Amino acid sequence: MKRSAFTIIGGLVLALSGGIAAAATPPDTVVMAKQIDDIISLDPGESFEFSGSEAIGNMYNRLIGYNLKNVSELYGDLAQSWSVADDGKTYTFKMKPGIKFASGNPVTAADAAWSIQRAVILNKSPGFILAQFGFDKDNVAKKVRATDPSTLVIETEKAVAPTFFYYCLTAVVGSVIDMKTAMAHEKAGDFGNDWLKTNSAGSGPYKLRSWRANESYTLEANENYFGPKPKNKRVIVRHVAESATQQLLLEKGDIDYARNLTKDQLDSLAKNADVKIDKGLKGSILYLGLNQKNPNLAKPEVREALKYLVDYQGIQKNIVSATHAVHQSFLPIGFLGAIEDEPYKLDVAKAKELLAKAGLPNGFSVTMDTRSTSPITDIAQAIQATFAQAGVKLEIIPGDGKQTLTKYRARNHDIYIGQWGPDYQDPHTNAETFAMNVDNSDDAKSKTLAWRNAWNIPEMTKETQAAVLEKDAKKREAIYQKLQREHQKTSPFVIMFQEVEVAARRANVDGFVIGPSFDNNLYAGIAKH
Amino acid sequence: MLLTGRGARNGFALPLHALRRTTNVLVVVTITFFGLLLVTFLIGRVVPIDPVLAVVGDRATAEVYQRTRVELGLDLPLYEQFYFYAVKVLHGDFGRSVLTSNPVLTDIIRFFPATLELATLATIFGVALGVPLGVLAAANQGRWQDQAIRVVGLLGYSIPIFWLGLVGLLVFYADLGWVAGPGRLDVGYDDIVDPITGLLLVDSLLEGEWQIFLNAVSHIILPAALLGYFSLAYISRMTRSFMLEQLRQEYIVTARVKGLAERRIIWRHAFGNVLLPLVTVIALSYANLLEGSVLTETVFAWPGIGSYITNSLLNADMNAVLGGTIVVGVVFIGLNLASDMLYRSLDPRTR
Repeated sequence: MKRSAFTIIGGLVLALSGGIAAAATPPDTVVMAKQIDDIISLDPGESFEFSGSEAIGNMYNRLIGYNLKNVSELYGDLAQSWSVADDGKTYTFKMKPGIKFASGNPVTAADAAWSIQRAVILNKSPGFILAQFGFDKDNVAKKVRATDPSTLVIETEKAVAPTFFYYCLTAVVGSVIDMKTAMAHEKAGDFGNDWLKTNSAGSGPYKLRSWRANESYTLEANENYFGPKPKNKRVIVRHVAESATQQLLLEKGDIDYARNLTKDQLDSLAKNADVKIDKGLKGSILYLGLNQKNPNLAKPEVREALKYLVDYQGIQKNIVSATHAVHQSFLPIGFLGAIEDEPYKLDVAKAKELLAKAGLPNGFSVTMDTRSTSPITDIAQAIQATFAQAGVKLEIIPGDGKQTLTKYRARNHDIYIGQWGPDYQDPHTNAETFAMNVDNSDDAKSKTLAWRNAWNIPEMTKETQAAVLEKDAKKREAIYQKLQREHQKTSPFVIMFQEVEVAARRANVDGFVIGPSFDNNLYAGIAKH
Repeated sequence: MLLTGRGARNGFALPLHALRRTTNVLVVVTITFFGLLLVTFLIGRVVPIDPVLAVVGDRATAEVYQRTRVELGLDLPLYEQFYFYAVKVLHGDFGRSVLTSNPVLTDIIRFFPATLELATLATIFGVALGVPLGVLAAANQGRWQDQAIRVVGLLGYSIPIFWLGLVGLLVFYADLGWVAGPGRLDVGYDDIVDPITGLLLVDSLLEGEWQIFLNAVSHIILPAALLGYFSLAYISRMTRSFMLEQLRQEYIVTARVKGLAERRIIWRHAFGNVLLPLVTVIALSYANLLEGSVLTETVFAWPGIGSYITNSLLNADMNAVLGGTIVVGVVFIGLNLASDMLYRSLDPRTR
């Protein structure tokens, strides 16, 4: 009996092995393996997750975009021209003529106005990016309007820095949606939200063929696209949670891109001639947040000492060499006003001196809430080791992502090792969260990162608020640079790294663009040779 | 398991008994369900994860956060939340999953067949090899066959499936190329077969898609064999100990004294009596696999119910967790009932 069972299985395996050898992906189809279980919705007015942004960025256009190589340079995407009136509050956009949505409907100023109006009225997670200019469900139809099919007029509440407003329009939530198609699927006044979660109505290079949560999404080339035709017919992104599995699939040639490989895997692939690596600097920043409710961490000398107790270069080299670069200020490289100063390095003697000054010559004990994922855990352990050199006993509390985040948001942590990605491409997004805390009370309305760490900074808050009103781009840049240098010295944030996004690909495939933001990871240039 | 008490022994002698038994079953099932629902609900509410986070993400403004909290009913007292939920479930509405934005039932209908397919094949594998191995070990107690089978079983118990899965992929998929890689199908075959039962092996045959059937087989064979190995380990050990117990009985000694062939003694006499407890063991091991093996599903990128529930739990997507738990509960109770009935038909004394 045993023998016969083995015979059957052996025979089956042999019979199958002929049919499935050398599986290459179809020539006009790009296949990626990626962790995409964060996608909740593919409606541009609702999506606020990394993977969703990427998909939407390939299906929709915005009014304006920015040069991916030089973010300070704006260009017209669906808008031909734009200007701001002397009052600094009235913006006028002229639409490019002759552009069509994937459905064949023409792209008009009415679509653009409606897209902004619905995002404000729906008020989902990313809604604030537009609502912060003084729009709400009652006034938005008046303030954002199409005066004729090619002219869009937007009136902001206050005269802010025009660049601030423009960059917010480049965010995913500023995508222009095909009003007719979406409204044809409207249910109970939802502006087509339910339908758009799993369908697309854009004018970008691709349209959505299917999205199956936790499984895959498939984009198909949009034949009505006004720009250069995509070099492939469709892109299939499969959810593969395990990075080791992604690596195997890539080595075997069953996928063209593996998107979530770890440093060790990338190192081992370096010797493989069939695999190449693409890289791009992302805006995401890795930092430690020191809760000022902890009396030890609230001492300025302790905050500074801890900044000297991280081995930035060592961690970069040994743990995250492929995926992160050392960066010590709150604006990532690629943003207006970003600085590259690196005032801190591992200096135990200096840290001990500072701790002694703070009355803690023998160090102290403190906990750190740490997500149990790579490379966060490894970085935490490296920090634990260097903290110990100055007598700071760091206890790592491991947890799941949402769990540690819940604790962080309730300000119940000591130290939190966190990652922050900008919401839009303007410096205010990070300045607001790292350097603004309007109300430090527990039930404050605005819960920025500064608030989460109970850092009470009335002066710096004012400076940050002023920066967003500065109309002169040069002056605005200078304000942010000054702000960051002060922040580096005094803040309870140990800013350590900026993320580098890495994609491993088969050598016969190229053309994937990894832009500074997740919504400009572009598929249209991917070609097989 | 659930019903092997007094009710089981009464059998089908009288219609009245049958009625009483059915009522008993219904009462027990209802109580089990309610308890299941309540416990899962409470666990979901006490985990230190904020369910609103799953919906709005980390960046939402206080206003959006608050509105969503109210929409989810999280501002109500716990007992009211549970009442509303229970009422909805009784009407067949499991709510919507936050993560997939589908009704939970739709999700389950999509994810469960993937697990069912895998678990069924694995169990067939485990039983087909595990039972004979267990009998063989018992018949050769203490000899090399027994030791060898014990080592096989022990390995199955002690090697982490995560590791074994990766090594399996490395050897049979990456190196030898005997089987296809992770996922249920090659990318090129996606979306061709219309789901009828949701079981790819069945649907592709029903629709006459031979290529797809073969592709599905080559994808499922490795994860099914690995999971099957684990149930083999369990089933062979249990078979061995049941068999040893029977082989020590006096009727076996009698049979041997009468000069019956050893093969007949083992398979007909001893094994016949082992079948009964074995049914329960197999049913339980099958039920365990049907819960979904999260690790196997992760390594093989298998879109099954295990990873669905786990992912939902980690994101505090409670509708999905509760819905999934109810399905798993139904499976457990259903299999228990089934093994109970089988038990009765196999054991003449219970008739």
